Order: sequence, then C-alpha cells, then structure tokens
Amino acid sequence: MVQQLGYLKETPSQTAGPYVHIGCTPNFAEITGVYENDLGVSMVNDKTQGERIILRGRVFDGTGTPLRDALLEIWQADSKGLYNSPSELRGTADPNFTGWGRCPTDMETAEYRFETVKPGQVPFKDGRMMAPHVTVWIVARGINIGLQTRIYFDDEKAANDKDPILQRIEHRNRVPTLIAKRDGSSYIFDIYLQGDKETIFFDV
Amino acid sequence: MSNRKPETGAFFQRDRQWHPPAYTPEYKTSVVRSPQRALISFDNTLSEITGPVFGHAMLGELDADLIYNYAKPGESAIGQRIIVYGRVVDERGKGVAGALLEFWQANAGGRYRHKREGYLAALDPNFGGCGRTITDDDGYYRFRTVKPGAYPWPNGVNDWRPAHIHFSVFGHGFAQRLITQMYFEGDPMIWNCPIVKSIPDKAAIEQLIAALDMNNTIPMDARAYKFDIVLRGRRSTLFENRMEGN
Ligand SMILES: [Fe+3]
Repeated sequence: MVQQLGYLKETPSQTAGPYVHIGCTPNFAEITGVYENDLGVSMVNDKTQGERIILRGRVFDGTGTPLRDALLEIWQADSKGLYNSPSELRGTADPNFTGWGRCPTDMETAEYRFETVKPGQVPFKDGRMMAPHVTVWIVARGINIGLQTRIYFDDEKAANDKDPILQRIEHRNRVPTLIAKRDGSSYIFDIYLQGDKETIFFDV
Repeated sequence: MSNRKPETGAFFQRDRQWHPPAYTPEYKTSVVRSPQRALISFDNTLSEITGPVFGHAMLGELDADLIYNYAKPGESAIGQRIIVYGRVVDERGKGVAGALLEFWQANAGGRYRHKREGYLAALDPNFGGCGRTITDDDGYYRFRTVKPGAYPWPNGVNDWRPAHIHFSVFGHGFAQRLITQMYFEGDPMIWNCPIVKSIPDKAAIEQLIAALDMNNTIPMDARAYKFDIVLRGRRSTLFENRMEGN
C-alpha cells in the first residue's frame, strides 16, 4: 500500500434537457418576475471599447436539422486581449465588457446571436500569441456533456496561421470548421454536431 | 470571491470515462446530437483558466426560495417542502467560493412551466421552477423548494424521469463549467432511467444521489437533502515560470 492521493471525482455531467431555459434564461422561457434580466443577455454597453461585432449562427444535428432548444455560452477576452476575471493577472480588463454571454437558439429561426466586440490576442503558455478567438460551450437535450469549441475569424488569416491551437490540428481540412465568416458587421459561425462538416470540439 | 488570491493553474484533465459518453443510443436524442470524431485535447490556456464572476449583489431576496419566488403574495407552491444544501468543492477537496448555482425543476406533479411541455399534470400557479444562489466563502450553498415529481417522457414507450433537480454550475474557470442533475435517495426510478444510465459507472451515478439528512431539516417546515458538487481541480502554479522557460 502507498499513501492515498485523496482526490475526489468530478461530479458527472447530465444533459441540460429540453427545459434548460427555465433555469438559465427564465425570462426567455416566459417565466417573468423572478429575475429582472436573464444572465448573459448583454455583454457590452455604450462605453465598451473595441470593434462591435455580432456573432451568429445555428447548431445542426446529424440530419441537418437546426437545434431550436440549444443554449450557447461564450467567453472571450476584451478588445485588448484581457479577460474580465480574477485569474487574469496581466492587467485590468475593460470594466464595460463582461466577456461572457449566454444565448438560447431561437425557437423559430434556430439562430443564436451575440452582440460583442472583436477580442484581442491572448498569449499561449509559451508566450506565442493565439489568434483572436471566442470560447464556446454548447448544451442541449441529447448532449450528455457540454461541448467546447472555439470561434476564430476569417479576416485574421495571418494570426490564424500562427495560432498554436489551430496549428496542432492534424486534419487540416477540418480547420475551417472553427473559422467564422464575416458578413458585414456579423460573423457567421454555424456548428455541426455530426457529419462531414462536423465542427472540431475540444477536450480542454 | 473573498480575500483569497486567485488561482491561475490549469485544470486537471477531465476523466471522460466517468462522465457519460456523447453517444448513448438508449437515450435516443443523443444519437444525432453526439459528435463522432475524437475530441482534440490540449492543456488549458488562459481562455479556459479564466472565467466570469458573479457577485452576491445580483441575487434577489427570494432567488433561493422556489416555494415563494414565483408565488402570489400570501401564497406558496404546492408540494413537499425541502431544503437542498451542500458544498461545492474541487477535486482537491477545496471549497469553491463564489460559485454561481442555477437550478430548475418540474413542480410537485412532474410538470414544467415551459411552452414546449405537454405533460397532462397540472401547472401550479405559484411555482415557476427556477432558482439560483452563490456559494459562500467555504463553498456552501442552500435553497428551499418543493420535491419535484417524476414525469414521463417520449423516449421508450414507457420511460419516466426519476424526481430530479437540474443544476448549472460556474466555478472559477470556464473549463469547470458543468450542468448536471440531482436525484433523491431511495427513488427506485433512478435505476430505470436512460439518461441516468448514460453514465457508465454505478459509483458515478451514486455521486448524483442526494442523501436525506434529518439533522438539517427545519422542524415543522422542510426536510433536507444534501448534495455536494465536485468541480475540476487545478494544478499548482508553483513552477509555472520555470516551465514556461522564463
Ligand atoms: Fe428534467
């Protein structure tokens, strides 16, 4: 026998189910009067620094049907590349930018939509810069554990080419699944859970 | 988040054998919603180590009391009154202060307040079904609610969900983000449920079953169930500078 390390096991995940809106966006679910606002509906205000953008898209299942019951959360750095988090020790992020957003897919159009700013660059562990990116977390009925991916931007080609995470991806033909396409002030980022176009998901 | 120095280490690798896999055909909706290609693994970067913070100031007075937070003045939700309490810790056993917990559930008859819900059990006009709280400096939380009912769902011909409360949890890093469900001690329905059985290990399932705790009841008011939650632990940053080659 040796000494026990004594680590606990992480609480196992369970699907968010079809009624995740009740708990996470009750006003969207028409349960009003409990919370003033749904958390994460607004990431920016008039004083937020940086380029305003809209991130939008849909989440498709393996039959090509868009999910109308999914919930997405995003987490990103501000326009200067700083996170609004106590674990951010490199400086103080823009106080007018939360960095975190939450949005259910629309029950009719299946689209999600975030009004945010284009993130700045954040260093990788070895000091190289990562390309501007947004971390995405997706839950829904039928998803047993939240899916993590990243949104990169198609007009950041030079930075994307040097990004340490994107460089690591062996199947180069899958890299475009992580890159949002600019359309005016929007970037379109569709997510495919399965099939030929399956989005890259991360274990991170 | 009290006066503690924020931690900046990477989180322990997730044990994907302990969690349910993406593809669990007995839970039919997972079949077309499960990625089929391998996940791409990498160690946390700042994007995963950091995470948003939620302050106690955002909480309303009744946010952690589902019996009253949707009820008309002077009225209350119908059902067995219970306290759910516990501690949020990480895999090292350290309490997680300032963790945001959001919870949602069906009413005592097993009916959700949701426009897509079609179960014939009655809505309770005094029950909304959502609540939230933030853990204290040691990671403890508690809220009051009614015990949810079991409900049937379209999967197999006669599948029923055991009584459960859904939990959404934020720790200190976005990589700790977790959604799960709490079940109740002694419920025989747990072991028939395809969603529960998406978890391969019996010990992992048992980690989701809250224990009845008669020592924490409020006499003549509510019984208590204890539900502890474990989030990913994180590595020490002691040698980080050297590891980075600075
Ligand atoms: Fe449920």
